[in-house]
Amino acid sequence: MTGFSRHRRSGVVFATFSGFEAELLRSLAAQLVELLRDENAAEVEIDPFEALLDFSGPTTAPEDPVLARLLPTAYHDDDEAAADFRRFTEKSLRTSKAEGASTIIETLEEAGLPEDPVEDGLMIDVEMGPPVAMTWLRSFTDIRLALATRLGVEDGDEEYWAGLPDEDPMAQAHDIYDWVGYLQETLVGALGG
Amino acid sequence: MTAPSPVELDEPLGDLLTNPTTPWVTIVWNDPVNLMSYVSFVFQKHFGYSKKKSEKLMMEVHNDGKSAVSAGSREEMERDVQAMHEYGLWATLEKQE
Repeated sequence: MTGFSRHRRSGVVFATFSGFEAELLRSLAAQLVELLRDENAAEVEIDPFEALLDFSGPTTAPEDPVLARLLPTAYHDDDEAAADFRRFTEKSLRTSKAEGASTIIETLEEAGLPEDPVEDGLMIDVEMGPPVAMTWLRSFTDIRLALATRLGVEDGDEEYWAGLPDEDPMAQAHDIYDWVGYLQETLVGALGG
Repeated sequence: MTAPSPVELDEPLGDLLTNPTTPWVTIVWNDPVNLMSYVSFVFQKHFGYSKKKSEKLMMEVHNDGKSAVSAGSREEMERDVQAMHEYGLWATLEKQE
């Protein structure tokens, strides 16, 4: 596993994943899509007068801490302004994040990742132009924010995670979080950051 | 009826017309997740800042817990905050102190 590189002349960004890695990325991206779309349906305004006015975006932060981090409150000390901002922006933010995660899935499947469980020895070579690479980069952030929020990652807690037994599911999830971070670091580098 | 009369201005009028209220700022807050390289890259991409300026702002976020990364009208700052949220950075806007 070497992460992302960029072809110097064409600017195309590429990486090779094992079938297992590609399937893991697809699964993480699919969970993100589901999370962003699910709560969307659950949060439709129920006030009929509000519905008439057709400004039906949500006005309060999502209860799920992952969604609250992905869709943050824009004003610290002004609840009314925060509600207005959310009403007008949250839907499109959810949509763009869900579309970003879907792009990861599409890229992997176009590169040959089958729908069914992957056979041994399969390698997936992905290639993408800078715009798609930027979408992957943003979506890696969303995946990492989601994992970190579920795990309770904090500044300077590396020793805690390193000290967990390998078979602990939290340790395994944290390894995945670290791995996506590694991929993201190499992708920033490939894009010239 | 009214007639124009000369007035003396303490400040140039241009500023009054283009910047009639207190400017607003976009604040980016530190979080334990986002990579330093990524945060700096986002500042370069979205604001068009130099690598040096972007890294300075990123270090402010990292060390001080937050940094004011752009200033302008409220509408402009709302667009910046929305863009930061699309990039997964934790951003808010407020009136400049």
